Amino acid sequence: MRIVVVTSGKGGVGKTTTSAAFASGLALRGFKTAVIDFDVGLRNLDLIMGCERRVVYDFVNVVQGEAKLTQALIKDKHVDTLHILPASQTKDKDALTEEGVEKVIKELEAMGFDYVVCDSPAGIERGALMALLFADEAIVVTNPEVSSVRDSDRILGILQSKSRRAIEGRDPVKEHLLVTRYSAKRVEEGEMLSYKDIQELLRVPLLGVIPESDAVLHASNQGVPAIHLKGTDVAEAYADVVSRFLGEDKPLRFVSYEKPSLIKRIFGGT
Amino acid sequence: MSLLTRLFGEKKKTAAIAKERLQLIIAREHVDGKSSPDFLPALQKELLDVISKYVKIAPEDIKVQLERQDNLEILEVNIILNETSSSRAQ
Repeated sequence: MRIVVVTSGKGGVGKTTTSAAFASGLALRGFKTAVIDFDVGLRNLDLIMGCERRVVYDFVNVVQGEAKLTQALIKDKHVDTLHILPASQTKDKDALTEEGVEKVIKELEAMGFDYVVCDSPAGIERGALMALLFADEAIVVTNPEVSSVRDSDRILGILQSKSRRAIEGRDPVKEHLLVTRYSAKRVEEGEMLSYKDIQELLRVPLLGVIPESDAVLHASNQGVPAIHLKGTDVAEAYADVVSRFLGEDKPLRFVSYEKPSLIKRIFGGT
Repeated sequence: MSLLTRLFGEKKKTAAIAKERLQLIIAREHVDGKSSPDFLPALQKELLDVISKYVKIAPEDIKVQLERQDNLEILEVNIILNETSSSRAQ
């Protein structure tokens, strides 16, 4: 079983969108996948996954022994091999303990899960630390914007010092950079950091670039992970991300901008 | 765009400014993280142990501090030897 944390430091960059799409993508490939919301008190993964009305028990209930893991896991309505473990909406953010989280992860392993995707809360406090503690791999979600890049650098430092792998001196957490909300047009115009700039600054292998798109809002409006919105650039970009994560060679898409020709500009057209 | 900026070349693109600022701040924060002054008390104690082998010295006679100026770091160690011990050392 591999544990993948989706993290960023900064809020609002697309962690939950990415967790939902990425976990769905792994499950679509046939892997038995669980996605866990670590944002205790501000849960949102259930809404993004469209299962908010089916939440009975949550992660904290399981950690505190008030419910069994099998009772709290929600089966995804799109993909059979995907299960969601929602965060608690009412409990204190310190409700997650190291031992409790470890117990849940061991149990998931015993249940035969291939992947566990940990959706980290923003910040560098307890919830975020718990989300990355057991990670084998990390997807660092970054927007092409100064505060997000700086926070990603900070969270990379924390991965390298506070994960179990780091503490126990094992092989380090495998890091992946995912640039989201990318506008090739604005990059072309010199108004936005390019994915190459970000990679150069953070020095982490690039897993993919997700373009800024209206489709993400449509997806969250409906509670459907963005990877399911067939034909949208976001869905395709996330599918590519999953392929690359699984070791397939996929060229980057949606990163170049063609200036519309003069004729197009005069006569319109799409 | 005004005639002046056209004549004297375009203003620097904001993305380039962002990259430059990030390069500086990230480099600085890495330095802060690595050489955080929490090793200073240990350094001070070890220095004290070594120097005490040769010279009688009180803990408060050693001052260790890290100073930063732009991208230069200065580790400053001040050891004060009192009259009798300094004469013995010579």
